[in-house]
Amino acid sequence: MSWLASNTFHHSQFDIGELERRKRESGVSISLCIPTLNEDRTIGKEIVVLKSELMDRYRLLDEIAVIDSGSEDSTREVARAFGADVYSAAEILPECGDHRGKGENLWKAIYRLAGDIIVYVDGDIRNIHPRFVYGLLGPLLNRPEVSYVKAFYDRPLAESGRLRPSGGGRVTEILIRPLFSLFFPELSAMIQPLSGEYAVRREVLEQIPFPVGYGVETSHLIDVYHRWGMSAFAQTDLDRRIHTNQSTDALGRMAFGILQTFLQRIDSLEIIRDLPELNVTLNQFMVDQGRYDELAHEIRVLERPPMIEIPAYREKRSTDTSNP
Amino acid sequence: MGSVNETNVTGFESIVKRVGNLPQELHGLHDVLLANLAMIAEIPAPTFGEAARAAFVQERFVELGYSDCSIDEVGNVVGVLPGSENGAADRNILLVAHTDTPVAATVDHTVVVQPERVIGPSVAENSLGLAVVAALPAVLERLGLTMQSTVFGLACSRGLGRGNLEGVRFFLDHAKLPLQFGLCVEGVQLGRLSYTSIGMIRGEIACEVPEEYDWSRFGAGGAISTLNDIISRMLQIPTPDRPRTAIVLGRIDGGTSASTIATRAALQFEVRSESGATVRQLLQDISEIIEEVSSQTGADIGLHIFARRRPGGIAFTHPLVRRTRRVMQSLSLTPRLSPSTSELSAFIDHRVPAVTVGLTSGESLGRRNEAVRIAPIYTGLAQLLGIVLAMDGGYCE
Repeated sequence: MSWLASNTFHHSQFDIGELERRKRESGVSISLCIPTLNEDRTIGKEIVVLKSELMDRYRLLDEIAVIDSGSEDSTREVARAFGADVYSAAEILPECGDHRGKGENLWKAIYRLAGDIIVYVDGDIRNIHPRFVYGLLGPLLNRPEVSYVKAFYDRPLAESGRLRPSGGGRVTEILIRPLFSLFFPELSAMIQPLSGEYAVRREVLEQIPFPVGYGVETSHLIDVYHRWGMSAFAQTDLDRRIHTNQSTDALGRMAFGILQTFLQRIDSLEIIRDLPELNVTLNQFMVDQGRYDELAHEIRVLERPPMIEIPAYREKRSTDTSNP
Repeated sequence: MGSVNETNVTGFESIVKRVGNLPQELHGLHDVLLANLAMIAEIPAPTFGEAARAAFVQERFVELGYSDCSIDEVGNVVGVLPGSENGAADRNILLVAHTDTPVAATVDHTVVVQPERVIGPSVAENSLGLAVVAALPAVLERLGLTMQSTVFGLACSRGLGRGNLEGVRFFLDHAKLPLQFGLCVEGVQLGRLSYTSIGMIRGEIACEVPEEYDWSRFGAGGAISTLNDIISRMLQIPTPDRPRTAIVLGRIDGGTSASTIATRAALQFEVRSESGATVRQLLQDISEIIEEVSSQTGADIGLHIFARRRPGGIAFTHPLVRRTRRVMQSLSLTPRLSPSTSELSAFIDHRVPAVTVGLTSGESLGRRNEAVRIAPIYTGLAQLLGIVLAMDGGYCE
């Protein structure tokens, strides 16, 4: 059976009560991390729904934490009001400095949160539902060999007897899938490699580096694939996800950052050799009354090392382990 | 030992005392209430298009503790909370909230949850009522309350507009068990108390003029002008102060653009009165206006009545109303008495004593930024529990 057939799930295959039982039997702890930056319109609902169903009614989650990048709206106050643990990314591991970016929040969550499994869910989901979490936990709790579960938001299989195209967003279909097909053909079976929702075992998370900004999802897939192989992955269809669409310009900047990450990875893996030093400026253009203005964006992909290499983390984990 | 009535009052007063403490206890349940509200309100449910919301509500009924949950042939979701074995097995109480909303499916239904309020289309009308009915078993369990009576939760379909209460009427027409009491749960406004229904007809007047219309004749302004003529005459119909009566012009549609003479225009309206005879008389007056304008202009004018209510209800002194008022007063709520044209009318038609209450305060009602305040919900829910406990204890008969 192909990886696509054996490791692709639909959230409806999982029952929360059954997953709670499996979690209890296996003794694992699970943390939910919501990275935020100015998300006060969506964060309240997200916490209320997930806490009500997955912490209060079922004990599937042991903690819900918001890791905030310095929101200027009321994101932190709203999250706190509804019972989430709220942390400022800048205040976690201050000795390591502070960078702005989603990857930074995800990386620092590994230090701050206690779970053996960490579920990452973006804070801008407008149609939040518990499936966004339990759909990702299902493969991890049912299949010990699976370590990294990625979300996708479409049905890839036949519906009503007719096949239809299925896939990711614009950056995925124009950039990522072609690149994966060229260099890592097996990874092209990930239907939405850039989706922001995934659940991962700590022993994997702590051993992979984290680009701070664009590229964290791409680098994760390559690194996990390289070290643990395709069998470590699963993907779950979570049906529809509504969020704010990004402009083509914003997607262009994202693609530029992802491409840098990708090229650095295939260079370090010696898949290609003698990669020249890369330019880090992306030029975009605007037309204003017949005049063309050039906008230069400097986009450098900073990368955090594997968390296991941070002494404070090793010390914290050894303390946590000896004092459960 | 006191008389039966005195014993009754004493027992009821212990419920009232308990109810006074409930808002504080209910604060701990805000997660399940708000989660229900957010998830329900985000599923579009225009009248006759409630199936997706009904399916979700059925899931919630099962999840939160109702047994024997099902969806009937008109899309009602019903769940059962069986009474305690030693209880009044023959007493059945029906809690009702309608699933449909006046909001089109194409409207963005995203809900925003803030610390003070929840904002989104239909959160007040009536996603909150539905959220509370769905949560009732979990609420009772958390509070350690058991009912002697069997309580039915009904999320009824096709309540609004052209739905004409089809869902709740279907349930009441086909319910095999006798129902002793009904409680209609509305999102807003906290403090409202309805126990009577007014007479009502709801309909549409549709004017159409042919494309080849002779514009030199009366009504040269087209369908909108013709409809305007009808509206002007309707406004001249005298309406009595007693019995209280009103003609409500609710919605108007017509035309296609500023530069095109409209060939079609429609008015949706209601006639409401405490007297059924007055409603019938006003309908007769409107029919005659339409007939006259039609003959003068040559326009094709149709009158379609799609909803009717008969006036009726229980008395202000009925034990159910009396107990409800006492429960509300114990929570520092001043009952605002008003007749209803919603699900209560169906109970009245079936001679089942029933009341309608609201759960919280709201604003921007009927708009996309419709909002409900969170803090008063606990008082609204305490009120609802007090009424159900009074029904269950036999204090409303």
